Amino acid sequence: MSELIVKNLQVSVVTDAGTKEILRGVDLTVRSGETHAIMGPNGSGKSTLAYSIAGHPKYTVTGGSVTLDGADVLEMSVDERAKAGLFLAMQYPVEVPGVSVSNFLRTAVTAIRGEAPKVRTWVGEVKAAMASLNMDTAFSERNVNEGFSGGEKKRHEILQMELLRPKIAILDETDSGLDVDALRIVSEGVNRVKSNSDLGVMLITHYTRILRYLKPDFVHVFANGKIVEAGGPELADKLEEQGYAAYTSA
Amino acid sequence: MSSLTTNYLAPSGREEAWRFTPLKRLAGLADPSTSTSSEVTFLFKSGQSPQVDFKDVVSSTLPPTYVSTDLITNRVRSESLTTSHLKIAKDAQLTEPIMLGRNCTGKPQTARLVIEAGINSVATVIIENQGAAQIGEEIEIIVSSGARLNFVTLQEWSSEAIHLGQHHAMIAKDGEFNSYVITVGGSVVRLNPTVDFTGEGASANLFGLYFATSGQHLEHRIHVDHKIANAKSRVNYKGALSGKDARTVWIGDVFIHKGADGTDTYELNRNLLLTDGARADSVPNLEIETGEIVGAGHASTTGRFDDEQLFYLQSRGIPSEIARRLVIRGFFAEIIGKLNNEVIQERIMDRIDLELAQVGV
Repeated sequence: MSELIVKNLQVSVVTDAGTKEILRGVDLTVRSGETHAIMGPNGSGKSTLAYSIAGHPKYTVTGGSVTLDGADVLEMSVDERAKAGLFLAMQYPVEVPGVSVSNFLRTAVTAIRGEAPKVRTWVGEVKAAMASLNMDTAFSERNVNEGFSGGEKKRHEILQMELLRPKIAILDETDSGLDVDALRIVSEGVNRVKSNSDLGVMLITHYTRILRYLKPDFVHVFANGKIVEAGGPELADKLEEQGYAAYTSA
Repeated sequence: MSSLTTNYLAPSGREEAWRFTPLKRLAGLADPSTSTSSEVTFLFKSGQSPQVDFKDVVSSTLPPTYVSTDLITNRVRSESLTTSHLKIAKDAQLTEPIMLGRNCTGKPQTARLVIEAGINSVATVIIENQGAAQIGEEIEIIVSSGARLNFVTLQEWSSEAIHLGQHHAMIAKDGEFNSYVITVGGSVVRLNPTVDFTGEGASANLFGLYFATSGQHLEHRIHVDHKIANAKSRVNYKGALSGKDARTVWIGDVFIHKGADGTDTYELNRNLLLTDGARADSVPNLEIETGEIVGAGHASTTGRFDDEQLFYLQSRGIPSEIARRLVIRGFFAEIIGKLNNEVIQERIMDRIDLELAQVGV
């Protein structure tokens, strides 16, 4: 049983125009097995929340706390956060030229598990995970995210999640840029990991479309840098009908 | 050898060809008033075959087949009494690479080598440069018609070495010349890989990798001369720099003369600055006298470590020093992967890793 607790999180970025406050006191708790949908309009700070928790250097935490099972996440380096059990599936996965997917996956899994995976079982493990995401095995010889289609990038993110076995995963707009088939495959991947483990999921999305495949236990409406309303799955239905206007016009 | 018979002058540093080079650090190799102590010949290390002939000859029996305006080349020609001559027989299909080396004294020396790849031959020649040296060299490379020659020169010198050289390839009809210039060692290395096409259908692929740490000056001046129609050239050099006063210079001159119709050329130089205080100069030049070409282009970029790449790797649990190493290995993979020799590939990357660890990147 794991627990990610975000308390009164305040985050700013430094831009050419000066310091800009983006998160204005976010409170959120995600536990093992739970799926939380964070929904909100563009520019509301949803992705900032994801990247701040993962430790992107662009963001400065000016107040509040983030803990994972009591450990201070904000004190950890980026790789320590991953080792502690956090995973961020990115909206725009980064290309790393000259580094093959297989080398990358093996290096990451070695770092997270603390020892190199056994060659015999490892090859099978990767193959099985790739097959279930409809990924060709030739994929592992390609360079990380280089020349990948939008769908391939997202599948590659979920593949990593499956192999790295995090406690809490943040999926940042994983549904963006996916057609219906890719969305279904990626969602099935997340559901499979959830059914095989006790993964807690923080699902950041603009649209309700992905919620047909990934059923949230909790829905949070995010606007203007904080959570402005929280509820159950029914809140997503309300957003589907009424949009975000009620939250942004204030 | 100390007598000076040629009429060349020491560069002042204002010349285009020398304006980037630290003349005070050349141990007099570029200064005619300073004598070179000796000459050094190449040693045959491995790759023996009945179709390979290697011997030292009196230089006057193997006169240069092209005119050079390069100061160092002319000095080497005038002061090297002995020339090493490597001949690969016509139609030879060599699977094992020919490895050459030499034992330099660490005092100013000259060296001259002529490589002749016979008609329709296929071979790989690897020159290993290690230890201390102060050397001026000329390597003349004759690629006969239909031949394919892979030429690898590895500059793994120790940190005090000085290496100034011209590597001139002449490529006949349908010949293919692939060169790999790998420079990771030395105090000052200044190499001029130059190419002339002597027959149609010839092609040259010039690849380079250099890694400069604090105080190193690594300079590569490429010149590809398209005088003949329907020849093809590709240049791709990649460099990384780390530490105070790490310095690299890359010059890429491509000249497409009138009548060189059907020329196809592209040159590329990328530099990665790993720390502050390093400087990379990158100067591509393209001169075109005919419009009847297949293509001609160049690109040059110099940038810093991509923080987004590092974040991505670290967010998967990979510690920052391993992430940096992965990114640098990845940056060089495009070049090093083409070497097709795992032992050398690993040796070069291990050296880069070691130097990276020493400077704390």
